[in-house]
Amino acid sequence: MIKTDALIIGAGPTGLFTAHQLKLIGLDCEIVDNLDKIGGQCIELYPDKPIYDIPAVPECTGEELTNNLINQLKPFDIKFHLSERVDEVKKDGDKWIVKTSKGTLFTTPNVIIAGGVGSFEPRKFSVEGHEKFENKSILYSIKDKNIFKGKTVSIFGGGDSALDWAIELSNNCNVNLIHRRDEFRGAQATVDKVHELTKSKKINLFTKFQLKKINGSNKIESIDIEDDDKKIENLKTDYVLGFFGLIMQLGPIANWGLNIDKKTVEVDTEKFETNQKGIYAVGDICNYPGKLKLILSGFHEGALAARACFKLARPNEKYRFEFTTSSKTIKNRLGVKVD
Amino acid sequence: MAKITYIEHNGTNHTVEVQNGLTVMEGAVQNNIPGIDADCGGSMACATCHVYVKEDWFDKINKKNEGEDDMLDQAYEPKKNSRLSCQIIVSDDLDGLIVDMPYKQT
Repeated sequence: MIKTDALIIGAGPTGLFTAHQLKLIGLDCEIVDNLDKIGGQCIELYPDKPIYDIPAVPECTGEELTNNLINQLKPFDIKFHLSERVDEVKKDGDKWIVKTSKGTLFTTPNVIIAGGVGSFEPRKFSVEGHEKFENKSILYSIKDKNIFKGKTVSIFGGGDSALDWAIELSNNCNVNLIHRRDEFRGAQATVDKVHELTKSKKINLFTKFQLKKINGSNKIESIDIEDDDKKIENLKTDYVLGFFGLIMQLGPIANWGLNIDKKTVEVDTEKFETNQKGIYAVGDICNYPGKLKLILSGFHEGALAARACFKLARPNEKYRFEFTTSSKTIKNRLGVKVD
Repeated sequence: MAKITYIEHNGTNHTVEVQNGLTVMEGAVQNNIPGIDADCGGSMACATCHVYVKEDWFDKINKKNEGEDDMLDQAYEPKKNSRLSCQIIVSDDLDGLIVDMPYKQT
Protein backbone atom coordinates (compact mmCIF):
# COMPACT_ATOMS: atom_id res chain seq x y z
CA MET A 1 0.00 0.00 0.00
CA ILE A 2 1.49 3.32 -1.11
CA LYS A 3 0.96 6.24 1.26
CA THR A 4 0.83 9.67 -0.31
CA ASP A 5 -0.52 13.13 0.54
CA ALA A 6 -2.39 13.34 -2.75
CA LEU A 7 -3.06 11.04 -5.67
CA ILE A 8 -3.56 12.63 -9.07
CA ILE A 9 -5.57 10.78 -11.70
CA GLY A 10 -4.46 11.92 -15.14
CA ALA A 11 -1.04 12.99 -16.43
CA GLY A 12 -2.27 15.68 -18.81
CA PRO A 13 -1.21 19.32 -18.47
CA THR A 14 -3.59 19.97 -15.56
CA GLY A 15 -2.44 16.88 -13.63
CA LEU A 16 1.21 17.79 -14.19
CA PHE A 17 0.86 21.39 -13.05
CA THR A 18 -1.24 20.33 -10.06
CA ALA A 19 1.63 18.02 -9.06
CA HIS A 20 3.98 21.00 -9.27
CA GLN A 21 1.72 23.06 -7.02
CA LEU A 22 1.49 20.24 -4.47
CA LYS A 23 5.26 19.81 -4.36
CA LEU A 24 5.83 23.57 -4.00
CA ILE A 25 3.72 23.67 -0.87
CA GLY A 26 5.50 20.62 0.51
CA LEU A 27 3.09 17.78 -0.19
CA ASP A 28 3.90 14.41 -1.78
CA CYS A 29 1.95 13.15 -4.71
CA GLU A 30 1.87 10.33 -7.23
CA ILE A 31 0.21 10.27 -10.63
CA VAL A 32 -1.75 7.48 -12.34
CA ASP A 33 -2.61 7.51 -16.05
CA ASN A 34 -4.14 4.89 -18.30
CA LEU A 35 -2.02 5.95 -21.29
CA ASP A 36 1.48 4.55 -21.62
CA LYS A 37 2.94 8.05 -21.76
CA ILE A 38 2.74 11.41 -20.03
CA GLY A 39 0.75 14.27 -21.58
CA GLY A 40 -2.90 13.22 -21.87
CA GLN A 41 -4.87 14.62 -24.79
CA CYS A 42 -2.00 16.97 -25.66
CA ILE A 43 0.23 14.04 -26.49
CA GLU A 44 -2.36 11.55 -27.71
CA LEU A 45 -4.66 13.76 -29.78
CA TYR A 46 -2.66 16.77 -30.91
CA PRO A 47 1.10 16.45 -30.28
CA ASP A 48 1.87 18.48 -33.43
CA LYS A 49 -0.93 21.01 -33.29
CA PRO A 50 0.07 24.50 -32.18
CA ILE A 51 -1.63 25.99 -29.10
CA TYR A 52 -1.77 29.79 -28.92
CA ASP A 53 -3.41 30.55 -25.58
CA ILE A 54 -1.03 29.39 -22.88
CA PRO A 55 -0.18 32.53 -20.85
CA ALA A 56 3.27 33.90 -21.75
CA VAL A 57 3.80 31.18 -24.36
CA PRO A 58 2.90 32.69 -27.75
CA GLU A 59 2.89 29.34 -29.52
CA CYS A 60 3.69 25.74 -28.64
CA THR A 61 2.58 22.28 -29.71
CA GLY A 62 0.92 19.74 -27.44
CA GLU A 63 4.20 17.87 -27.25
CA GLU A 64 6.24 20.98 -26.41
CA LEU A 65 3.77 21.97 -23.70
CA THR A 66 4.01 18.48 -22.20
CA ASN A 67 7.80 18.50 -22.30
CA ASN A 68 7.94 21.92 -20.65
CA LEU A 69 5.62 20.78 -17.88
CA ILE A 70 7.73 17.66 -17.34
CA ASN A 71 10.86 19.87 -17.18
CA GLN A 72 9.18 22.09 -14.63
CA LEU A 73 8.68 18.99 -12.46
CA LYS A 74 12.36 18.00 -12.69
CA PRO A 75 13.31 19.36 -9.23
CA PHE A 76 10.81 16.97 -7.71
CA ASP A 77 10.74 13.24 -7.48
CA ILE A 78 7.27 12.28 -8.61
CA LYS A 79 6.26 8.71 -9.22
CA PHE A 80 4.18 8.06 -12.33
CA HIS A 81 2.06 4.94 -12.68
CA LEU A 82 1.45 4.73 -16.43
CA SER A 83 -0.73 2.21 -18.29
CA GLU A 84 -2.80 1.91 -15.13
CA ARG A 85 -6.39 2.97 -14.77
CA VAL A 86 -7.85 3.86 -11.41
CA ASP A 87 -10.68 1.39 -10.98
CA GLU A 88 -11.80 1.84 -7.37
CA VAL A 89 -11.92 4.67 -4.89
CA LYS A 90 -13.21 3.62 -1.46
CA LYS A 91 -13.59 5.51 1.78
CA ASP A 92 -11.53 4.29 4.73
CA GLY A 93 -12.03 6.55 7.76
CA ASP A 94 -10.66 9.95 6.77
CA LYS A 95 -8.60 8.42 3.95
CA TRP A 96 -9.35 7.10 0.49
CA ILE A 97 -8.16 3.70 -0.69
CA VAL A 98 -7.48 3.77 -4.40
CA LYS A 99 -6.97 0.67 -6.51
CA THR A 100 -5.69 0.56 -10.09
CA SER A 101 -6.26 -1.91 -12.91
CA LYS A 102 -2.85 -3.43 -12.14
CA GLY A 103 -3.72 -3.87 -8.48
CA THR A 104 -1.57 -1.00 -7.16
CA LEU A 105 -3.07 0.28 -3.89
CA PHE A 106 -2.82 3.78 -2.48
CA THR A 107 -3.98 5.28 0.77
CA THR A 108 -4.37 9.04 0.70
CA PRO A 109 -6.51 11.82 2.21
CA ASN A 110 -6.72 13.53 -1.20
CA VAL A 111 -7.68 12.28 -4.66
CA ILE A 112 -7.46 14.80 -7.49
CA ILE A 113 -9.24 13.82 -10.67
CA ALA A 114 -7.54 15.51 -13.62
CA GLY A 115 -9.01 13.07 -16.06
CA GLY A 116 -9.90 15.23 -19.08
CA VAL A 117 -12.74 13.55 -20.92
CA GLY A 118 -12.00 10.23 -19.25
CA SER A 119 -9.47 7.53 -19.88
CA PHE A 120 -8.26 6.51 -23.30
CA GLU A 121 -9.49 3.06 -24.22
CA PRO A 122 -9.25 1.15 -27.48
CA ARG A 123 -12.26 1.51 -29.78
CA LYS A 124 -13.93 -1.89 -29.89
CA PHE A 125 -15.86 -3.80 -32.53
CA SER A 126 -19.59 -3.19 -32.52
CA VAL A 127 -20.92 -6.43 -34.04
CA GLU A 128 -23.15 -8.63 -31.97
CA GLY A 129 -21.54 -11.26 -29.79
CA HIS A 130 -18.00 -9.84 -29.90
CA GLU A 131 -17.80 -9.56 -26.10
CA LYS A 132 -17.54 -13.27 -25.39
CA PHE A 133 -14.41 -13.59 -27.53
CA GLU A 134 -12.75 -10.45 -26.20
CA ASN A 135 -9.28 -10.90 -24.66
CA LYS A 136 -9.30 -14.50 -25.95
CA SER A 137 -9.49 -14.41 -29.72
CA ILE A 138 -10.54 -10.81 -30.24
CA LEU A 139 -7.75 -8.47 -29.20
CA TYR A 140 -7.08 -4.74 -29.33
CA SER A 141 -3.40 -4.90 -28.41
CA ILE A 142 -0.73 -7.57 -28.62
CA LYS A 143 1.25 -8.69 -25.61
CA ASP A 144 2.78 -11.89 -26.98
CA LYS A 145 2.98 -12.24 -30.74
CA ASN A 146 4.03 -15.90 -30.45
CA ILE A 147 0.46 -17.03 -29.78
CA PHE A 148 -0.35 -16.28 -33.45
CA LYS A 149 2.35 -18.51 -34.93
CA GLY A 150 0.96 -20.67 -37.75
CA LYS A 151 -2.56 -19.30 -37.19
CA THR A 152 -4.86 -17.19 -39.31
CA VAL A 153 -5.14 -13.63 -38.04
CA SER A 154 -7.62 -11.05 -39.34
CA ILE A 155 -6.48 -7.51 -38.68
CA PHE A 156 -8.89 -4.55 -38.93
CA GLY A 157 -7.78 -0.95 -39.28
CA GLY A 158 -5.87 1.43 -41.53
CA GLY A 159 -3.35 3.14 -39.27
CA ASP A 160 0.22 2.34 -38.31
CA SER A 161 -0.69 -0.22 -35.63
CA ALA A 162 -2.80 -2.28 -38.02
CA LEU A 163 -0.24 -2.09 -40.83
CA ASP A 164 2.82 -2.71 -38.65
CA TRP A 165 1.26 -5.82 -37.13
CA ALA A 166 0.07 -7.07 -40.52
CA ILE A 167 3.66 -6.84 -41.79
CA GLU A 168 5.17 -8.34 -38.66
CA LEU A 169 2.74 -11.24 -38.38
CA SER A 170 2.93 -12.06 -42.11
CA ASN A 171 6.32 -13.65 -41.31
CA ASN A 172 4.79 -16.70 -39.71
CA CYS A 173 0.99 -16.36 -39.83
CA ASN A 174 -1.70 -16.22 -42.44
CA VAL A 175 -2.73 -12.56 -42.37
CA ASN A 176 -5.97 -10.96 -43.56
CA LEU A 177 -5.90 -7.17 -43.48
CA ILE A 178 -9.30 -5.49 -43.65
CA HIS A 179 -9.92 -1.75 -43.90
CA ARG A 180 -13.08 0.27 -44.54
CA ARG A 181 -11.58 2.29 -47.42
CA ASP A 182 -8.68 1.88 -49.83
CA GLU A 183 -6.54 4.64 -48.39
CA PHE A 184 -4.41 4.06 -45.32
CA ARG A 185 -3.31 6.59 -42.76
CA GLY A 186 -0.06 4.81 -41.90
CA ALA A 187 3.41 6.00 -42.86
CA GLN A 188 4.02 5.83 -46.63
CA ALA A 189 6.88 3.31 -46.36
CA THR A 190 4.64 1.04 -44.29
CA VAL A 191 1.76 1.35 -46.75
CA ASP A 192 4.16 0.50 -49.63
CA LYS A 193 5.37 -2.55 -47.75
CA VAL A 194 1.80 -3.75 -47.20
CA HIS A 195 1.07 -3.44 -50.94
CA GLU A 196 4.27 -5.32 -51.73
CA LEU A 197 3.33 -8.14 -49.33
CA THR A 198 -0.17 -8.18 -50.82
CA LYS A 199 1.31 -8.71 -54.29
CA SER A 200 3.48 -11.56 -53.06
CA LYS A 201 0.38 -13.06 -51.38
CA LYS A 202 1.87 -12.81 -47.86
CA ILE A 203 -1.04 -10.55 -46.86
CA ASN A 204 -4.64 -10.96 -48.03
CA LEU A 205 -5.89 -7.42 -48.35
CA PHE A 206 -9.61 -6.53 -48.24
CA THR A 207 -10.39 -2.85 -48.64
CA LYS A 208 -13.78 -1.15 -48.37
CA PHE A 209 -14.83 -4.02 -46.12
CA GLN A 210 -15.98 -3.96 -42.50
CA LEU A 211 -16.72 -6.67 -39.97
CA LYS A 212 -20.30 -7.88 -40.25
CA LYS A 213 -20.56 -11.09 -38.25
CA ILE A 214 -18.53 -13.44 -36.08
CA ASN A 215 -19.22 -17.14 -36.50
CA GLY A 216 -18.45 -19.80 -33.88
CA SER A 217 -19.74 -20.83 -30.49
CA ASN A 218 -16.82 -21.48 -28.14
CA LYS A 219 -14.12 -20.24 -30.40
CA ILE A 220 -14.14 -18.10 -33.52
CA GLU A 221 -14.40 -20.22 -36.64
CA SER A 222 -14.87 -17.55 -39.27
CA ILE A 223 -15.97 -13.98 -39.82
CA ASP A 224 -18.18 -12.37 -42.42
CA ILE A 225 -16.99 -9.08 -43.83
CA GLU A 226 -19.17 -6.82 -45.94
CA ASP A 227 -18.24 -4.17 -48.48
CA ASP A 228 -19.98 -0.92 -49.44
CA ASP A 229 -22.13 -2.77 -52.01
CA LYS A 230 -23.25 -5.29 -49.36
CA LYS A 231 -21.11 -8.03 -50.88
CA ILE A 232 -20.14 -10.52 -48.16
CA GLU A 233 -16.95 -12.55 -47.89
CA ASN A 234 -16.45 -15.32 -45.37
CA LEU A 235 -12.96 -15.63 -43.90
CA LYS A 236 -11.77 -18.55 -41.78
CA THR A 237 -9.81 -17.12 -38.89
CA ASP A 238 -8.39 -17.97 -35.48
CA TYR A 239 -7.86 -14.43 -34.20
CA VAL A 240 -9.43 -11.04 -34.87
CA LEU A 241 -7.44 -7.92 -34.08
CA GLY A 242 -8.95 -4.42 -34.07
CA PHE A 243 -6.81 -1.29 -34.32
CA PHE A 244 -9.25 1.61 -34.52
CA GLY A 245 -7.41 4.07 -32.31
CA LEU A 246 -8.34 5.24 -28.84
CA ILE A 247 -11.55 6.75 -27.59
CA MET A 248 -12.13 8.56 -24.33
CA GLN A 249 -14.46 6.98 -21.79
CA LEU A 250 -15.43 8.29 -18.41
CA GLY A 251 -15.08 4.71 -17.17
CA PRO A 252 -15.06 3.82 -13.48
CA ILE A 253 -15.19 7.51 -12.35
CA ALA A 254 -18.95 7.20 -12.83
CA ASN A 255 -19.10 4.73 -9.92
CA TRP A 256 -17.46 6.78 -7.18
CA GLY A 257 -20.56 8.51 -5.90
CA LEU A 258 -19.76 11.87 -7.49
CA ASN A 259 -22.27 14.31 -8.94
CA ILE A 260 -21.81 13.81 -12.67
CA ASP A 261 -23.52 15.77 -15.41
CA LYS A 262 -22.73 15.27 -19.10
CA LYS A 263 -19.50 13.41 -18.40
CA THR A 264 -18.20 16.15 -16.10
CA VAL A 265 -17.93 16.30 -12.31
CA GLU A 266 -19.52 19.09 -10.29
CA VAL A 267 -17.14 21.01 -8.02
CA ASP A 268 -17.09 24.13 -5.91
CA THR A 269 -14.87 26.99 -7.01
CA GLU A 270 -13.04 27.48 -3.74
CA LYS A 271 -11.38 24.09 -3.39
CA PHE A 272 -12.50 22.36 -6.59
CA GLU A 273 -13.83 19.70 -4.30
CA THR A 274 -16.58 17.34 -5.43
CA ASN A 275 -19.52 16.29 -3.28
CA GLN A 276 -17.09 13.84 -1.60
CA LYS A 277 -14.72 15.34 0.94
CA GLY A 278 -11.12 14.90 -0.19
CA ILE A 279 -11.98 14.18 -3.83
CA TYR A 280 -11.33 17.06 -6.19
CA ALA A 281 -11.80 17.48 -9.93
CA VAL A 282 -9.75 19.88 -12.03
CA GLY A 283 -9.28 20.59 -15.74
CA ASP A 284 -11.68 19.57 -18.50
CA ILE A 285 -13.46 17.02 -16.32
CA CYS A 286 -14.75 19.51 -13.75
CA ASN A 287 -17.85 21.58 -14.09
CA TYR A 288 -19.01 24.77 -12.35
CA PRO A 289 -20.85 27.91 -13.46
CA GLY A 290 -18.67 29.70 -15.99
CA LYS A 291 -16.31 26.77 -16.58
CA LEU A 292 -14.03 27.18 -19.59
CA LYS A 293 -12.34 24.10 -21.03
CA LEU A 294 -8.98 25.80 -21.39
CA ILE A 295 -5.60 24.54 -20.26
CA LEU A 296 -5.05 27.78 -18.33
CA SER A 297 -8.24 27.17 -16.34
CA GLY A 298 -6.92 23.73 -15.39
CA PHE A 299 -3.77 25.32 -13.99
CA HIS A 300 -5.77 27.67 -11.78
CA GLU A 301 -8.08 24.91 -10.62
CA GLY A 302 -5.10 22.68 -9.75
CA ALA A 303 -3.45 25.44 -7.75
CA LEU A 304 -6.53 25.87 -5.59
CA ALA A 305 -7.17 22.15 -5.19
CA ALA A 306 -3.55 21.74 -4.03
CA ARG A 307 -4.12 24.25 -1.18
CA ALA A 308 -7.26 22.38 -0.16
CA CYS A 309 -5.22 19.16 -0.05
CA PHE A 310 -2.85 20.74 2.46
CA LYS A 311 -5.59 21.01 5.07
CA LEU A 312 -6.38 17.30 4.93
CA ALA A 313 -2.78 16.11 4.56
CA ARG A 314 -1.40 18.34 7.35
CA PRO A 315 -4.37 18.87 9.68
CA ASN A 316 -2.13 20.16 12.49
CA GLU A 317 -0.20 22.68 10.43
CA LYS A 318 -1.24 26.05 9.16
CA TYR A 319 -0.78 26.66 5.46
CA ARG A 320 1.37 29.70 4.77
CA PHE A 321 1.02 31.48 1.42
CA GLU A 322 4.44 32.16 -0.11
CA PHE A 323 5.90 33.33 -3.42
CA THR A 324 8.54 31.37 -5.34
CA THR A 325 10.48 34.63 -5.79
CA SER A 326 11.02 35.18 -2.08
CA SER A 327 10.41 32.02 -0.05
CA LYS A 328 13.51 30.23 1.24
CA THR A 329 11.45 27.13 1.97
CA ILE A 330 10.17 26.93 -1.59
CA LYS A 331 13.61 27.60 -3.01
CA ASN A 332 14.97 24.73 -0.98
CA ARG A 333 12.24 22.48 -2.29
CA LEU A 334 13.13 23.54 -5.82
CA GLY A 335 16.80 23.02 -5.12
CA VAL A 336 17.72 26.51 -6.30
CA LYS A 337 20.21 28.90 -4.74
CA VAL A 338 18.94 30.85 -1.76
CA ASP A 339 20.24 34.46 -1.69
CA MET B 1 -28.93 30.88 -41.29
CA ALA B 2 -29.93 27.31 -42.06
CA LYS B 3 -32.58 24.99 -40.66
CA ILE B 4 -30.82 21.76 -39.77
CA THR B 5 -32.49 18.55 -38.69
CA TYR B 6 -30.60 16.20 -36.41
CA ILE B 7 -32.10 12.73 -36.10
CA GLU B 8 -31.13 10.67 -33.09
CA HIS B 9 -30.56 6.96 -33.56
CA ASN B 10 -33.89 6.28 -31.85
CA GLY B 11 -35.66 8.44 -34.43
CA THR B 12 -36.15 11.58 -32.35
CA ASN B 13 -35.98 14.68 -34.57
CA HIS B 14 -34.51 18.02 -33.64
CA THR B 15 -34.83 20.89 -36.09
CA VAL B 16 -32.96 24.05 -35.18
CA GLU B 17 -31.81 27.23 -36.89
CA VAL B 18 -28.04 27.46 -37.00
CA GLN B 19 -26.13 30.64 -37.71
CA ASN B 20 -23.91 30.83 -40.78
CA GLY B 21 -20.25 30.17 -40.07
CA LEU B 22 -20.86 27.80 -37.18
CA THR B 23 -20.30 24.10 -37.68
CA VAL B 24 -23.04 21.49 -37.69
CA MET B 25 -21.42 20.15 -34.49
CA GLU B 26 -21.72 23.54 -32.76
CA GLY B 27 -25.34 23.78 -33.86
CA ALA B 28 -26.07 20.58 -31.96
CA VAL B 29 -24.00 21.38 -28.87
CA GLN B 30 -25.38 24.93 -28.49
CA ASN B 31 -28.92 23.62 -28.72
CA ASN B 32 -28.32 20.75 -26.27
CA ILE B 33 -29.13 18.13 -28.88
CA PRO B 34 -28.06 14.73 -27.54
CA GLY B 35 -26.01 12.35 -29.65
CA ILE B 36 -23.03 14.50 -30.55
CA ASP B 37 -20.23 14.41 -27.96
CA ALA B 38 -17.49 16.49 -29.63
CA ASP B 39 -14.93 15.45 -27.02
CA CYS B 40 -12.04 17.32 -28.65
CA GLY B 41 -14.05 20.50 -29.13
CA GLY B 42 -13.89 20.62 -32.92
CA SER B 43 -10.18 20.27 -33.59
CA MET B 44 -10.67 17.14 -35.73
CA ALA B 45 -8.74 15.17 -33.15
CA CYS B 46 -11.42 12.64 -32.24
CA ALA B 47 -14.41 11.08 -33.95
CA THR B 48 -17.20 11.80 -31.47
CA CYS B 49 -19.22 14.28 -33.56
CA HIS B 50 -19.76 11.65 -36.23
CA VAL B 51 -22.95 11.97 -38.34
CA TYR B 52 -24.41 10.35 -41.42
CA VAL B 53 -25.36 12.90 -44.06
CA LYS B 54 -28.48 12.08 -46.08
CA GLU B 55 -27.43 10.92 -49.57
CA ASP B 56 -28.83 13.86 -51.54
CA TRP B 57 -26.98 16.30 -49.28
CA PHE B 58 -23.65 14.53 -49.17
CA ASP B 59 -22.37 15.99 -52.47
CA LYS B 60 -23.73 19.48 -51.75
CA ILE B 61 -21.82 20.18 -48.54
CA ASN B 62 -18.16 21.17 -48.36
CA LYS B 63 -15.80 18.29 -49.15
CA LYS B 64 -13.98 16.32 -46.48
CA ASN B 65 -10.87 17.91 -45.09
CA GLU B 66 -7.52 16.23 -45.28
CA GLY B 67 -7.31 13.93 -42.31
CA GLU B 68 -11.06 13.74 -41.75
CA ASP B 69 -11.26 10.21 -43.16
CA ASP B 70 -8.37 9.20 -40.91
CA MET B 71 -10.44 10.22 -37.91
CA LEU B 72 -13.57 8.59 -39.34
CA ASP B 73 -11.65 5.29 -39.43
CA GLN B 74 -11.84 5.55 -35.66
CA ALA B 75 -15.54 6.39 -35.49
CA TYR B 76 -18.32 4.08 -34.34
CA GLU B 77 -19.70 2.28 -37.41
CA PRO B 78 -18.51 4.59 -40.19
CA LYS B 79 -20.36 4.38 -43.50
CA LYS B 80 -19.95 5.84 -46.98
CA ASN B 81 -21.93 8.95 -45.99
CA SER B 82 -20.11 9.52 -42.69
CA ARG B 83 -18.80 12.97 -41.81
CA LEU B 84 -17.42 14.72 -38.78
CA SER B 85 -20.02 17.39 -38.03
CA CYS B 86 -17.30 19.76 -36.75
CA GLN B 87 -16.03 19.96 -40.32
CA ILE B 88 -19.34 20.93 -41.95
CA ILE B 89 -19.65 24.71 -42.07
CA VAL B 90 -23.17 26.12 -41.99
CA SER B 91 -24.28 28.53 -44.73
CA ASP B 92 -27.61 29.49 -46.35
CA ASP B 93 -27.01 26.67 -48.85
CA LEU B 94 -27.35 24.14 -46.07
CA ASP B 95 -30.94 25.16 -45.28
CA GLY B 96 -32.88 21.91 -44.89
CA LEU B 97 -29.85 19.71 -44.19
CA ILE B 98 -30.65 16.45 -42.45
CA VAL B 99 -28.07 14.45 -40.52
CA ASP B 100 -28.52 11.11 -38.80
CA MET B 101 -26.60 10.33 -35.64
CA PRO B 102 -24.97 6.97 -34.99
CA TYR B 103 -26.12 4.60 -32.25
CA LYS B 104 -23.34 6.01 -30.08
CA GLN B 105 -20.17 8.08 -30.38
CA THR B 106 -17.77 6.25 -28.09
